[in-house]
Amino acid sequence: MKKIENVICPFCGCLCDDLEVTVEDGEITKVARGCSISRSLFLNHHKNLAKPMVDGEETSVERAIEEAASILARAQFPLIYGLSSTTCEAQGRAIELAELIRGNIDSTSSVCHANTTLAMQAVGEVSCTLGAVKNRADLVIFWGCNPIEAHNRHLTRYSGTVKGRFIQGRKDRTIVVVDVRRTRTAKAADLFLQVEPGRDYECLAALRALLKGEELDVREVGGIPIEELVSLANRMKSCKFGIIFFGMGLTMTRGKHLNVAAAIMLVRDLNRFTKFLIMPMRGHFNVAGADNVLTWQTGYPYAVNFSRDYPRYGPGEFTAVDLLARREVDAALILASDPVAHFPRKAASYLEEIPTIAIDPHRSMTTEIARVVIPTAAAGISAEGTAYRMDNIPIRLRKVVDSPYLSDEEVLERIIELVKGS
Amino acid sequence: MSAERFILITGRTLKQGRALHLGKDSPEYTDEVSTVEMNEEDMERMGLREGEEVRVKTEHGETTLRCRKSDALPQGVVFMPYGPPANVLIGPDTSGTGTPDSKGIEIELEAI
Repeated sequence: MKKIENVICPFCGCLCDDLEVTVEDGEITKVARGCSISRSLFLNHHKNLAKPMVDGEETSVERAIEEAASILARAQFPLIYGLSSTTCEAQGRAIELAELIRGNIDSTSSVCHANTTLAMQAVGEVSCTLGAVKNRADLVIFWGCNPIEAHNRHLTRYSGTVKGRFIQGRKDRTIVVVDVRRTRTAKAADLFLQVEPGRDYECLAALRALLKGEELDVREVGGIPIEELVSLANRMKSCKFGIIFFGMGLTMTRGKHLNVAAAIMLVRDLNRFTKFLIMPMRGHFNVAGADNVLTWQTGYPYAVNFSRDYPRYGPGEFTAVDLLARREVDAALILASDPVAHFPRKAASYLEEIPTIAIDPHRSMTTEIARVVIPTAAAGISAEGTAYRMDNIPIRLRKVVDSPYLSDEEVLERIIELVKGS
Repeated sequence: MSAERFILITGRTLKQGRALHLGKDSPEYTDEVSTVEMNEEDMERMGLREGEEVRVKTEHGETTLRCRKSDALPQGVVFMPYGPPANVLIGPDTSGTGTPDSKGIEIELEAI
């Protein structure tokens, strides 16, 4: 039996790096300090493993890799999609492959925080690290996000009950939630403002007006009584170090990138009065890495096309849901993702009609329909590598058990070699 | 009982997050993602009890779900965990951004 300290959890963008994993006879038997999702991830990692498959028949990994390379080499307009639940090293290889086959490459960012990227490209970003939040933030606002269910230890490690250098835990922090639902996070907050669906933009604009000293001659904005917004604006102005964490409640709802831009501009305005920052709550453990690696290799964070041999950026044009719903691509390589389970049905079902390759440690709805399945070692469990936390801090993932399979990076390297030789 | 209009919000739940790792064909996962949470007064008005089946429809598709009481929701708003049943209801239009509208979806819901 061995106990491995400081293991990094490869589930969400918190990338908690303090887990203690017990391994007995090559099996993970105990996970200390992780959240319930993390425990489920580590303790069930050996179940439901994918097998190498071609056309529904079990085969060798080598044969599956050859078939994948053959499909991609023949394709006229292929898509590589996923990336967010693997290492930066594998992401880099996926981009190299996309360029080689003159394909499209897109990450799961496109269905979560793509609108954050669009907003940041328009108005910039006023951000910091989670360490700064832990040590200094006395006002924490969660807008359209529910960390207690989606980023389970965010409050205990960075933003809520945790003791920081200048903040003595929960009593020194005011927590505000703005959401359509009175979520579990809202119930744990000091203040909850319930916004009507699709009306976040109005509330953000009203807060900006209030900060500038405007008087709003209305009783409510977006379902929130005006006196609550006035009180929140005053609270924001008078804190020492404030931060807005936001989630899909802004990015996936009506207004999309305009909601995020309004939130960033509110934060920009607040810096006339005090220190205020903003950060997206990133979901997959290395979705921030996908944005970073794509940006440094191609210049663009998602929705990249190489048809003309140089990278072009086209949200709505080269994004996975759009390419599939318009039935434009003729082959797909899905890396560490399950779009069949998570895309709108019309987009997901097209993957069943084209040669789809799934690279994944586990069986998924995508591996079930894929023409080629290549099982791999799970990043952060049986393969090491780099991942970026939601605040863009790179952290080295650890390997805690062995896998009989290659890593995502190694599989992609082999596909690249075969495509080059074809 | 005739169908009523609601606004659907989809999102993450802790149960769905845990069940992901048991497999998407596990009963824990399929039960969780086939659930729609509703305001208690909405359920009472429609004569629905906890665990009863409802049919939910949008212009993109329809699915059958089990309803669950929630004190988190205002009247007129329902919630579903992300997953295959929710995706039947969501359209593929992304308004040129790449991201479909997964929240604030107009639905029709009726008791079965």
